Amino acid sequence: MTTLVIAEHDNTSLKPATLNAVAAAQAIGGDIDILVAGADCGAAAEAAAAVPGIGKVLAADNAAYANQLAENVSLLIADVASAYDNVVAPATTSGKNIMPRVAALMDVAQISDIISVDSPDTFKRPIYAGNVIATVQSSDAKKVITVRTTAFDAVAETGGTAAVEAVDAVHDAGLSSFISEEVAESDRPELTAASVVISGGRGMQNGDNFQLLEGIADKLGAAIGASRAAVDAGFVPNDYQVGQTGKIVAPDLYVAVGISGAIQHLAGMKDSKVIVAINKDEDAPIFQVADYGLVADLFTALPELEAAL
Amino acid sequence: MKALVAVKRVVDYNVKVRAKADGSDVELNNVKMAINPFCEIAVEEAVRLKEAGTVSEVVVVSVGEKSCQEQIRTALALGADRGIHVEVEGRPEPLEVAKLLKGVVDKEQPQLVILGKQSIDGDNNQTGQMLGALAGMGQGTFASEIKVDGDSLQVTREVDGGLQTLKLNLPAIVTTDLRLNEPRYASLPNIMKAKKKPLDVTSPADLGVEMSSHITQLGVAPPPERSAGIKVEDVAQLVDKLKNEAKVIS
Ligand SMILES: Cc1cc2nc3c(=O)[nH]c(=O)nc-3n(C[C@H](O)[C@H](O)[C@H](O)COP(=O)(O)OP(=O)(O)OC[C@H]3O[C@@H](n4cnc5c(N)ncnc54)[C@H](O)[C@@H]3O)c2cc1C
Ligand SMILES: Nc1ncnc2c1ncn2[C@@H]1O[C@H](COP(=O)(O)O)[C@@H](O)[C@H]1O
Repeated sequence: MTTLVIAEHDNTSLKPATLNAVAAAQAIGGDIDILVAGADCGAAAEAAAAVPGIGKVLAADNAAYANQLAENVSLLIADVASAYDNVVAPATTSGKNIMPRVAALMDVAQISDIISVDSPDTFKRPIYAGNVIATVQSSDAKKVITVRTTAFDAVAETGGTAAVEAVDAVHDAGLSSFISEEVAESDRPELTAASVVISGGRGMQNGDNFQLLEGIADKLGAAIGASRAAVDAGFVPNDYQVGQTGKIVAPDLYVAVGISGAIQHLAGMKDSKVIVAINKDEDAPIFQVADYGLVADLFTALPELEAAL
Repeated sequence: MKALVAVKRVVDYNVKVRAKADGSDVELNNVKMAINPFCEIAVEEAVRLKEAGTVSEVVVVSVGEKSCQEQIRTALALGADRGIHVEVEGRPEPLEVAKLLKGVVDKEQPQLVILGKQSIDGDNNQTGQMLGALAGMGQGTFASEIKVDGDSLQVTREVDGGLQTLKLNLPAIVTTDLRLNEPRYASLPNIMKAKKKPLDVTSPADLGVEMSSHITQLGVAPPPERSAGIKVEDVAQLVDKLKNEAKVIS
């Protein structure tokens, strides 16, 4: 059995999510190759070649694959995947954007967001905002799979010496073009890879008050997240949203501040190792999943917490 | 130009769904059903484009059992012009839905197709992208803003790092994210009017699609329970617990 893992990268380095996807591919078993599609992506391909246990790295380096346009990259993947049994990608916004297109081109189902591999054709995945875990079996000869990264421990980043092979096929669907990107630069760890996350909700009242979380995040080396309500209200950008329809996180420590604990929010953080909730409403549902609950006004508790750290 | 919007009937987002005791499936008896929230946003966007004069007709389509006509009526009450019900039994998979929607696209020839990014029951996040591949259209998934500009579409997308803006040839597919708009409520007069709007029923055979399932659900189970935690007295006790009991900070 052979599996093609689709690398998530920025042309110069691999995103950590790739290493979780490789771990899921290992759980399926068989030989694993990595596809790096991008433009001037040689460095990313080299990084992929250093991942231990990889057969080879396929590097498709062409302007058509810049910015990971789904229309083009999906054609490439479906083409390359004809030689493989499985195609696996992390369930990031990029994987979610591209992989269903690949599945449709190959006329197979996609199995989204798997959290475990029971056998090479049977997987577990959360449905209904994680209120239920379904066991699903695929009857497709070739499988297209996206992986919930928090459910698979990343493989090592280095130690491997796979060969890099160029893929010359150029697929340009001519349907879409990139215009611009607004990417917030931050010194903080990436939300989905951080070992500590501190999130604010509607209780924060406005964006300025998120500074109360910044000081604590600085001391703990934490990433900052938010509830949907905080994002909708414009306190913080959309990429802070944790939840069913935002980012899934599972850090060692998750601190929820001024967040009520709606099922859609819990879906994104309840696999965290230790959960702390700070909320002034002692009946807030977030306390049902919190290991340590503090019933307090956040505007007094947060400065105290920062001082105590 | 014509807009086609796909809406799905799902369990209301406030319902906490449970597995049946025998683990065969989720318990859906007597559970409140609703239009998928992302589909509601899709309908709203199409209706706004019509109000702005960009779109001339808004057609809604739903694939499912007879009961999904309720959700089509809801969409008509929100301002869509006419409905198409593709009647199928059971729960079709995203690839099957995408093939049926492709059949509808071939018949209706819309310039813009709007879907939700994700159905909140299966959490698949697939159908729009699959339809894009089958129909040979470009896609703007997880959209927080769209602008029609002549024969192209500018879409701003919510991605992991922030926002990305793409230009797509029309016809194109858009899938909605939460920030695209805030859907209106249907007024009583509009709910009454919606009852008289046209709603056609069609079938996979009419659309030339053979239904074939690729995935079997072997069973469902509740997620691992978290053991109940404690309430701490104050910040000092919280910090002490995190350091000395949980050992997650130093
Ligand atoms: C389709 C769909 C998808 C969704 N996806 C997501 C998702 O991915 N992520 C997500 O988070 N939500 C999501 N939601 C929204 C979710 O249902 C809730 O509305 C949202 O999580 C609520 O955010 P919140 O807890 O910040 O706000 P609220 O529910 O308003 O809670 C605010 C909390 O702050 C507390 N508070 C207020 N002031 C203070 C103070 N001074 N000190 C201490 N505590 C205070 C209050 O007691 C309250 O508990 C989704 C909803 C839908 C319909
Ligand atoms: N049975 C269906 N009928 C109509 N539209 C659907 C159906 N299933 C999915 N869709 C559309 O596809 C979107 C994404 O669904 P999914 O791929 O299941 O997460 C939904 O928000 C709908 O717009």
